[in-house]
Amino acid sequence: MAEREQIRKPAPATREQSVEEAPPASERGSDIKAQLDDLLDEIDEVLETNAEDFVKSYIQKGGE
Amino acid sequence: MSEANKSGHNVPPSASLASVRPVAVPKTLGLETEYGIVHRGAPEPNPISASSLLINAYLIATQQSPEPGRAAVGWDFTDETPGNDARGGAPTGSLAPEIETHLVNAVLTNGARYYVDHAHPELSTPECADARSLVVYDRAAELIAARSMEAARMLLPQGEEIVVYKNNSDGKGNTYGCHENYLVSRAVPFSRIVTHATAHFVTRQIFCGAGKLGSETSGMRLDEAGYQISQRADFVEEEVGLETTLKRPIVNTRDEPHADAAKYRRLHVIVGDANMSQVATFLKAGTTALVMALTEDDAMPRELRFATPVAAFRQVSRDLSLRAPLELVDGSTITALGAQWELLGAARAYVDARGADAVGGQVAYEVLGRWETVLGGLERDPMELAAQIDWVAKLRLLEGFRERHGLDFQDARLRALDIQYHDLRPGKSLAARAGLETLVDEADAELAMTEPPPDTRAFFRGRCLQRFAAEVVAANWDSIVFDVGEGSLRRVSMTEPTRGTVTHVGTMFDECDSAIDLLRRLGAAGA
Repeated sequence: MAEREQIRKPAPATREQSVEEAPPASERGSDIKAQLDDLLDEIDEVLETNAEDFVKSYIQKGGE
Repeated sequence: MSEANKSGHNVPPSASLASVRPVAVPKTLGLETEYGIVHRGAPEPNPISASSLLINAYLIATQQSPEPGRAAVGWDFTDETPGNDARGGAPTGSLAPEIETHLVNAVLTNGARYYVDHAHPELSTPECADARSLVVYDRAAELIAARSMEAARMLLPQGEEIVVYKNNSDGKGNTYGCHENYLVSRAVPFSRIVTHATAHFVTRQIFCGAGKLGSETSGMRLDEAGYQISQRADFVEEEVGLETTLKRPIVNTRDEPHADAAKYRRLHVIVGDANMSQVATFLKAGTTALVMALTEDDAMPRELRFATPVAAFRQVSRDLSLRAPLELVDGSTITALGAQWELLGAARAYVDARGADAVGGQVAYEVLGRWETVLGGLERDPMELAAQIDWVAKLRLLEGFRERHGLDFQDARLRALDIQYHDLRPGKSLAARAGLETLVDEADAELAMTEPPPDTRAFFRGRCLQRFAAEVVAANWDSIVFDVGEGSLRRVSMTEPTRGTVTHVGTMFDECDSAIDLLRRLGAAGA
């Protein structure tokens, strides 16, 4: 046990801080909404140009 | 300790609880991700050779391979027994997975395994000691994939490109997995694991689903399905079983601990989605580790047994309201959100009473806090979580794009968007543009592409490859084989996943200048 405690000696102060500093989810939500238009502009730019062909040719073999 | 008290979570164990001998073992964690792969511009694309080329290109570019086509250190299959069943006895009437040994299969200096599995590139993270570390190594895996694509482009003819996607289905009925691994105590009856794991897996989708347009269930037309929370729910067909490639079960019974089998099991989870969101990966692993610790210590207040678990799994995936009542065996009902609140409450009580040593220490408190925040957000309005939860982030993009262009849900552009959300090329990835919150520093993830985690046996594996790759013949999860020119090969066994850390062997590596020296010291230390 002592070994484990020694190993996990993360900087608890910074971790706690990061939780406290996170703004409420609702504020983040409204921020994000305001950015949606910019984001959609960007998607218009980078989205695969021939969507039909792209989707049709995205065929994978089963895995695992 | 003072930090934990400040947040009000940590209560010293009472005398009665402290006297109960804990069973829960430290939750060593790992992820195995199979990536979708496309060879663009190739006259006759073959996913197996594309996967090999991708991985070899990375090994050569990062000088982890001495010559094209040969990994510096290959995988050792000696101890692989994926056909063993946790329920005991030989598998009957079910297919044991076959091991392919002829394809590229490398061990990286960060302790990961990078290989071709079936027709996909697959990367298994090194063993991690907590959910935060796992997020670092999952992000490192994405960076390795991106670097591999760049390296492959240099080798391919003009106009050809290999592209990798971190998703779990092609939308046409073919699926590939993102498997999770959790070390659990052998002392726990497997039936108890099945009960509590099922309750969690059926309902945790609400925060770890990656989202999918349409359905791949036979008999259901695409336009009937709309959007669903999970990529994998359509492929879940059984409650418990050994298979991973057909009749996929909610709880997989593969009994291959890759560790001391008398002490440990490895819960091999096959029903999860690969996540682009770091918060989702963090919660997926963190909450499941907690549920397993509670299961080991028999600390669940009750059994949440669904009347029809497979149907419930699919129902949760299709219920964007998160409020559909799911029937339990006793005739009562519970919603997915209700079940998650109940599991969170039980996990809090457990950590308050017994501490968090088995579940990642301080990181467990962070998991509990996140878990609560996310459930609260899902309860109020899932769209609040567009920066944290993949299915919400993707749905927001789809809805926004559909409205902007006046599309119906059958439009190919929406299906392209769904796939491209998971594209791992920085210049093309839509997830990378979706404003997702990150939990780990990019610099840490970059370092983790080559450096092993310090606090599991992966440290030993990684250091051996960094320092003595020329003498390492092969490696796997629980051993490394050396050839130091003494006639016979020397196998170093690592059956204890929490040993071989920087604390145990860091100084030894600093003091050794050869593999033979290392082996001598290990022998003297009785390791």
